[in-house]
Amino acid sequence: MTTAAVMSLPITSDLEIAGVRQAVREAAVAAGFSLVEQTKVVTAASELARNTLVHGGGGRLEITMLERPQGKGIRLRFRDEGPGIADVETALSDGYTTGHGLGLGLGGARRLVQEFAIDTGPGRGTTVTVTAWPRGARRV
Amino acid sequence: MTVAESSGAAAVAEFLRARREQLAQQWADLALFRAVYTSGRDIAVNAAHGLVDALTEVARDGRMDDVTVPALDQVRALLAQVIAARSQAGAGPLQVAGEVAELKRPVIAMVGRELADVNRGAALIAATDLMGTVRLVGMEISLSDEGAIVARQRQQLSEIATPVLKLWDRVVAVPLIGTLDSARTQVVMETLLEAIVDERATVAILDITGVPLVDTVVAQHLMKTALAVRLMGARCVVSGIRPQIAQTIVQLGIDLGDITTRATLADALEWALAQVGTSVGRA
Ligand SMILES: Nc1ncnc2c1ncn2[C@@H]1O[C@H](COP(=O)(O)OP(=O)(O)OP(=O)(O)O)[C@@H](O)[C@H]1O
Ligand SMILES: [Mg+2]
Repeated sequence: MTTAAVMSLPITSDLEIAGVRQAVREAAVAAGFSLVEQTKVVTAASELARNTLVHGGGGRLEITMLERPQGKGIRLRFRDEGPGIADVETALSDGYTTGHGLGLGLGGARRLVQEFAIDTGPGRGTTVTVTAWPRGARRV
Repeated sequence: MTVAESSGAAAVAEFLRARREQLAQQWADLALFRAVYTSGRDIAVNAAHGLVDALTEVARDGRMDDVTVPALDQVRALLAQVIAARSQAGAGPLQVAGEVAELKRPVIAMVGRELADVNRGAALIAATDLMGTVRLVGMEISLSDEGAIVARQRQQLSEIATPVLKLWDRVVAVPLIGTLDSARTQVVMETLLEAIVDERATVAILDITGVPLVDTVVAQHLMKTALAVRLMGARCVVSGIRPQIAQTIVQLGIDLGDITTRATLADALEWALAQVGTSVGRA
């Protein structure tokens, strides 16, 4: 699998979250995602970027284009230096929120992509890495 | 058909035949014809003649409020041409629907003025039914025109204002375009609630055809707006839920609860008309 980091975007305001959605949409189009696949990965990115801003106090997104024999994919890494999450399982469960949200963003984002990893802990900040492949390029 | 109905229809048929020229002249000056036939007024008048003649046939047939009669085929074909031209020029379906609705006024005014005899009441009712049918046919055409929807999205992407449109008596609609953030939602909600009061609306349609994605925040905004509409005593229907949006909503795990939803604006309008007691046949 070959990779090339294409860009790194700041997430410090609502406007930048809109920029994240735009950039992820463009990456998904470049990787040959269908409209449904684009919408899914952009929605996941929108949720994760908002978590980075609202719960993590701001951070960055790094977009990487992936390529393997079956096709292209995209990897999104959201990183913040915020308070971190003490209990990841609980945070992932539907309806759990420490704010005023629906508590669906984190778990929903995991369902919208093919690979999902989270590295976090109290005082360590949070890094969420997701990978999306179009249907034709998923593992057999 | 009752005797009064058939005599009303016959009076309208005779009226349209006799007043063919005057009506075509008046229609040619309306936005619908003027905007399409820009190369000359006589061409617009000519097109209007065609529509008067087609409507005369419908009136002769006598079934004024039935959108399925074969006599309407010619009306449908003529309107389809004009509407296609309007949507190519960037007019959205709701604007076009408004322009089609304008065709009614000159007809009713002339019938009211000129038919002084015993048939006047029945003829007015028949003419109103006929022009209502024309309006429905026009809506059916412009809403089913996919190109029009795309053109509307493109056109309104750049617009910040959120228009609330009166689609029908007691039915209002907001076409939402672009990302629905909190500030935007607040504006939409305020203008919509005002319109519900002003228009004494009982149904509000939130059309999200132009919203590129529904995440948890957008969903919350929609639910809040729908709740506010309900608190005003009106019913709310969300339309324009495209397949990719439906799938994403499901995977996110969002429960839209008891909000009524429809795939297209046309479906939502049909539902709305049923709520306000007007039934529509779909071609
Ligand atoms: N980057 C982060 N840093 C710290 N805490 C986080 C982060 N992301 C998520 N969390 C915690 O996990 C919880 C669940 O997140 P999730 O995105 O599912 O719901 P939410 O953001 O509260 O609401 P919404 O449904 O609007 O997304 C959050 O309430 C928060 O406590
Ligand atoms: Mg969230």
